[in-house]
Amino acid sequence: MRHGVLTSLAAVAALSAAALAAQTTAGAETTSAKKSWTVPRLADGHPDLQGIWTNATITPLERPGQFAGKATVSDAEAAKFEHQNNDNLYGDRRSADAERDRDHAYNALFFDRGTELARVDGVKRTSLIVDPPDGKIPPLTPEARNRMGNRVRNRFDSVQDRPLGERCILGFGSTSGPPMMPVLYNNNYQIVQTPAAIMILVEMVHDVRYIHMDRREHLPGSVRLWLGDSIGHWEGDTLVVDSTNFTDKTSFRGSSPNMHIVERFTRVENGTILYKWTIDDPESFTRPFSAEYPFRAAVGPIFEYACHEGNYAMPDILGGARAADAKQKN
Amino acid sequence: MRNRVFRFSAVTAVLAMTMLPVAGQAPYRAPRGPDGHPNLNGIWQALTGDWDLEGHAARASLIVEAGTLLAEPGGMGVVDGGTIPYKPEALAKKKQNYDNRLSADPVVKCYLPGVPRATYMPYPFQIFQSDKYLAIAYEFDSAFRNIYLKDPGPAPVDSWMGQSYGHWEGDTLVVEVTGLDERTWFDRAGDYHSDALKVTERYTPVAPNILNYEATIDDPKVFSRPWKISLPLYKHAEKNAQLIEFKCVEFVEELMYGKYRKK
Repeated sequence: MRHGVLTSLAAVAALSAAALAAQTTAGAETTSAKKSWTVPRLADGHPDLQGIWTNATITPLERPGQFAGKATVSDAEAAKFEHQNNDNLYGDRRSADAERDRDHAYNALFFDRGTELARVDGVKRTSLIVDPPDGKIPPLTPEARNRMGNRVRNRFDSVQDRPLGERCILGFGSTSGPPMMPVLYNNNYQIVQTPAAIMILVEMVHDVRYIHMDRREHLPGSVRLWLGDSIGHWEGDTLVVDSTNFTDKTSFRGSSPNMHIVERFTRVENGTILYKWTIDDPESFTRPFSAEYPFRAAVGPIFEYACHEGNYAMPDILGGARAADAKQKN
Repeated sequence: MRNRVFRFSAVTAVLAMTMLPVAGQAPYRAPRGPDGHPNLNGIWQALTGDWDLEGHAARASLIVEAGTLLAEPGGMGVVDGGTIPYKPEALAKKKQNYDNRLSADPVVKCYLPGVPRATYMPYPFQIFQSDKYLAIAYEFDSAFRNIYLKDPGPAPVDSWMGQSYGHWEGDTLVVEVTGLDERTWFDRAGDYHSDALKVTERYTPVAPNILNYEATIDDPKVFSRPWKISLPLYKHAEKNAQLIEFKCVEFVEELMYGKYRKK
């Protein structure tokens, strides 16, 4: 247990520093440096996407009300939002008494969401979703609303009632995806390219995505995977990854196991991959929707996230619930 | 799982018979990878080791209901010299581990298996070797490790899969693994180590689709001297070979947390 905690703390501290350093570098990039930059390539001629990347950003998936009608904001407007957000996120969250402090166990030491709104094409974005143009997830179909309504929430009767992140099966908030979403912390990824397969290490809960470059057909429908079945190909300098075959054990904002997602990875400038995705799932959403945000170069290494091995919280959570049951009976 | 192993062993046995080098031939020269070294890319698997590193006869299943399905096959052993050189006081702990293995083996709980065990568990793993990276992804529990090609310095903290530092000696990839968590085992027979463990692995292509794997185990707290295991790793030859998620946390939840279920 001791090892697990030390590992997480060390990792978070190192990575926070790394993320901040990476941001500073990217921010200081000059126009002339951008002009002289060319896409790095592998021997096979395809762009080199390899390295350690972070998709940390404080831009939310859906556009907040205060930015209604504005897909982008000026740097000055962004700065206002960023200051306010960062004060809340990284400021001193201590409360007057220990009882309330308990709810603040996660604090600035853990958080690694970055400090800026996502910048795409030089402009800051108010939502990750770019289509529909209102920056919102399209309305769910009646079928999906029904499915979502039946989901177990806030129940402690057995381990299966608890969310997948708490169970250390997948990272919370779709970190492994697809789509690979930024969350509160551990937004780090490593890409290694080989001819037959491209590997993406997902820091959260140590997951590995395999992008199969050597086949064009998806697996049979009988093989359903937590991370889906991902096949890739190049369209010019863009890596296009097509994923299907999801299970009914995950859902991205109401998606079904028949979700079809296409991700696009393009190196657009020094230290940046532009990541775009489109979800098409007529069973769940009334129209397809798309998002885009940068993956920025980060400094490694990524340390092992051994979540399950140190999950002493689970016996406490369930054991606490059983103790509460017993108390209620008496 | 067993079916897969058996099917696989038939394929590789044929490979092994037809492709092992014959005495007097020039040493095998493997195709080169993008970094100029032997190309290790692919999906590999061992056929022996995890039941017991030492030679052993077949044994009955620990779970009566599973009958022959989980009976333990015998094996010739993979330890050079046959026996692991435990210090006398450490051997008692190994025996205790063996007696309690159904509950005490950390892999039963889907804990990361550590090195070298991840290599010869009955699950495939994939080597990703590019122009600048070397990484191994294991099917079991999504275990993963980078093999750093520049000296990363001392491991900052212990971890389940350790810190790996690799270099090439001719056509052999040599990997020094340190910073290994003391809680992993070497096999299902209770062979274990301390936090002083250092593992030196050697991956050598000896024929098309065969790597020779050696691991030298150095742990002066538990063993009277360093010792070595050697076994072949076979490349999967199925046209559609790929790793398939084995996210075993889900499979052990009832075992670990079932006692907390609301009655």
